[in-house]
Amino acid sequence: MKVKEKIIEFILKLCASITIFTTIGIIVVLLFESISFFRTVSIFEFLTDTQWTPLFSEKHFGILALVSGTFLTAAIAIAVALPIGLTIAIYLNMYAPKSFRKTLKPFLEILAAIPTVVYGFFALSVVTPFLQTIYPDLETFNSLSAGIVMGIMIIPFISSLSEDALYAVPKSLKLAAFGMGSTRFQTAFKVMVPAASSGIIVSIILAISRAIGETMIVAIAAGQQAQFTLNPTIPIQTITSYIVQVSSGDAPQGSLEYKTIFAAGLTLFLFTFTLNSISFWIKKKYQEKYE
Amino acid sequence: MNNLKKNRYKDQAFKALGMLFTLFGILILAILLYNIVRVGFTRINWDFITSLPSRKPEQAGIYTAIIGTLDVMLLTIIFAIPVGVGAGIYLEEYSKKSRLSSLLEINISNLAGVPSIIYGLLGLGIFVRFFNFGGSILAGSLTLSLLILPIIIVATREAIKAVPSSLKEASFALGASKWQTIRSVVLPSSFGGIITGIILSLSRAIGETAPLIVVGAMAYVPFVPHSLFDTFSVLPMQIFNWTTRPQQGFAVAAAGAIIVLLLITFIMNGIAVYLRNKWQKKLQ
Repeated sequence: MKVKEKIIEFILKLCASITIFTTIGIIVVLLFESISFFRTVSIFEFLTDTQWTPLFSEKHFGILALVSGTFLTAAIAIAVALPIGLTIAIYLNMYAPKSFRKTLKPFLEILAAIPTVVYGFFALSVVTPFLQTIYPDLETFNSLSAGIVMGIMIIPFISSLSEDALYAVPKSLKLAAFGMGSTRFQTAFKVMVPAASSGIIVSIILAISRAIGETMIVAIAAGQQAQFTLNPTIPIQTITSYIVQVSSGDAPQGSLEYKTIFAAGLTLFLFTFTLNSISFWIKKKYQEKYE
Repeated sequence: MNNLKKNRYKDQAFKALGMLFTLFGILILAILLYNIVRVGFTRINWDFITSLPSRKPEQAGIYTAIIGTLDVMLLTIIFAIPVGVGAGIYLEEYSKKSRLSSLLEINISNLAGVPSIIYGLLGLGIFVRFFNFGGSILAGSLTLSLLILPIIIVATREAIKAVPSSLKEASFALGASKWQTIRSVVLPSSFGGIITGIILSLSRAIGETAPLIVVGAMAYVPFVPHSLFDTFSVLPMQIFNWTTRPQQGFAVAAAGAIIVLLLITFIMNGIAVYLRNKWQKKLQ
């Protein structure tokens, strides 16, 4: 009996440790191929060159061209998702009647459940043509349309995480503000949002991390030209869509093209890892504050 | 008094803005669905579902993509569920507050935030190259399994946490061992929550494209996979490929395939929401 219990505990522990092996696997795979990449290309060139053309005959390996595209689309996405998502969160928490809230939330959840490849199709076939009627010089592939649609995708993410944060604020704070004669608007922005600020900041950081790692929308709608630019109307390339481009072709294993996707992947991983760690740290600190 | 009036106006204005933005989200959803159904509905028929992919858009179908999606799903269920639920049980019931358990916790929360395309690179490095599975259905399923593992673990833990401790204590008082208690008390009472999490994670896996592109899923697979080591395609992969082609006919086919993919996703999410509500009622 005792032995059986021990064996079961051991098996369950093994299941849990697979998650550790996954992380180690990610780091080892990314580092292994990246180190071999940096034997050929200097880190200095990688970090300072502003051209990224590993698939052309004249090769440049400046990751800045991909990083600028990545941050441009992410910035557009956050510019769309943050004001809308936060307003929805405050509206649902402070204003909306309970029944209205109950019917609305499933719709926002649907928005979050749609596969990203569908959003990509939507960006290319609906949003870009629509934007072109307003601004005819917009190219078929551009970061504006991809960023806007990515923002729409992230709205439910920000609104539900921020609403959780608002919900966690002790009710006494809200009631005290009302008791002093504040309107809902004053209570929301002078009491609730400041009290929930760490949770809201966490939701924003996670949303940025999500936008940076998003792949299919940019792969479909933003183009395949790595350019060091902040112009949202021309084709660009992000780190993720570059990895997709190389993976869709067939770069032979061991070739420099093959290794570039791991160096690009490592860069992406470092960005998202940093953002996720910051959000985890804020979350831990904030939990302690209220417990 | 003027100030009071101004504050009331602000309050009302913000209320209107909040309602507007919420409706904006729903409006976008409606536009998205309307456009896809309008374009793709003409292609929805039995031929579309039972035809192989083709270079001619009018004849192209999604048969291999659907079978590939079902195969990948089945394998992912086999790999990910036992491990994910097992890890969840361990973290909630066995692991004591130690450095290892807090390391596991930080690690899982970090894994949940790793972009899916990075999992693709992991799968490429480990399953495709190191274990030499090639761009096979096995490599793809293992990669997706790792991707959804954190979701299943978190859902399992939440569900187990919700089981009242009185139930567990009653079982211990009757002389049941730890595993007996977990098997016959904890798991049955948390079943609804765990199943909900599993369905949601699978619905996420069904829509994933990026990691499978990196692992080597093909856009054009003219046959149904027969073994674990065959190349494969899945619905999102087929949609991506058709979307990137210039001919209008392929955009129509892509919209048709999206309708099928969304139907599967929505049905799974619907079942999950239904089970969640039922389970929450039962708990109360």
